[in-house]
Amino acid sequence: MTELPLIGEAPVAAESRLNGARIGVVTFPGTLDDRDAARAVRLAGGTAVALWHADTELADVDAVVIPGGFSYGDYLRAGAISRFAPLMSKIIDAANSDAKLPVLGICNGFQILTESHLLPGSMIKNDHLKFLCRDQVLRVENNTTAWTADYEAGQEILVPLKNQDGQYIADDKTLDALEAEGRVAFRYVGFNPNGSRRDIAGITNAAGNVVGLMPHPEHAVEPGFGPESNSGTDGLGFFTSVLNKIVGGAK
Amino acid sequence: MPRIVVDVMPKPEILDPQGKAIVGALPRLGFTSFSAVRQGKRFELTVDGEVTDAILAQAREAAETLLSNPVIEDVVNVEVVEA
Repeated sequence: MTELPLIGEAPVAAESRLNGARIGVVTFPGTLDDRDAARAVRLAGGTAVALWHADTELADVDAVVIPGGFSYGDYLRAGAISRFAPLMSKIIDAANSDAKLPVLGICNGFQILTESHLLPGSMIKNDHLKFLCRDQVLRVENNTTAWTADYEAGQEILVPLKNQDGQYIADDKTLDALEAEGRVAFRYVGFNPNGSRRDIAGITNAAGNVVGLMPHPEHAVEPGFGPESNSGTDGLGFFTSVLNKIVGGAK
Repeated sequence: MPRIVVDVMPKPEILDPQGKAIVGALPRLGFTSFSAVRQGKRFELTVDGEVTDAILAQAREAAETLLSNPVIEDVVNVEVVEA
């Protein structure tokens, strides 16, 4: 039996100048989407670096993706135990440092970022109580973050959504501040799949280096494997955005 | 062994989807007297030996930092229960 590689083989994108950018992908016990996230990094032209939650060093990565899944089985609260993993302390410090390490939290990764207080608010169970999996339209509300610069402001993208605890909540004061400061990064369009306040699908911190969202851009990066009603690659922009920022290249 | 019991509840202003589902199920079993349900969590922390003020303070800190998320939950009770 051949051993499956931790990071699957993926065709290398044409822009080899991006290969020097190292994007860490963190695996916790119970993470599901780490391979897809690593594959998305490679399809966008970057180098994916596997990180383990118990690591104590960030392995000189230029950015970090905290992928989706059910770390620690969602015990206690989704993301609550992962937030105290040794590597998370390093990530929190690096995200808050002057270097402003770009960090993207997807689904369970978003939950970990709110539990870490890198992003405000929290996620509770979907208002309809069911796990929901569908292709979801999002509007890019802020295209000035490290992870959204390759999109147009107001652009609508189609990516998969799959979660049970996806209802974004925060108090009205926090929600008002997020909107006033342009920190709502993504909104659900046409259908609010989980009762999230003000249709919020994703948010950014004030500096724009930390972004979290519930839907899954890493599942929409390769023709034939993403949503079928369009190219299926609307999620690739997250990864090209951060790679272009790291190498300092213009769009 | 004494235990420290910590009770955590969703904040009053936050809709509790699980409680809502439970209140919907109660009448189907003939329990018609209950108009609302809110679901919380109870933690039991076992202490090997006497519960000192310092240990109780640690339990309170753990309750605020790990056992609850202050954005969505309140710690409503911390008490010592002798076994």
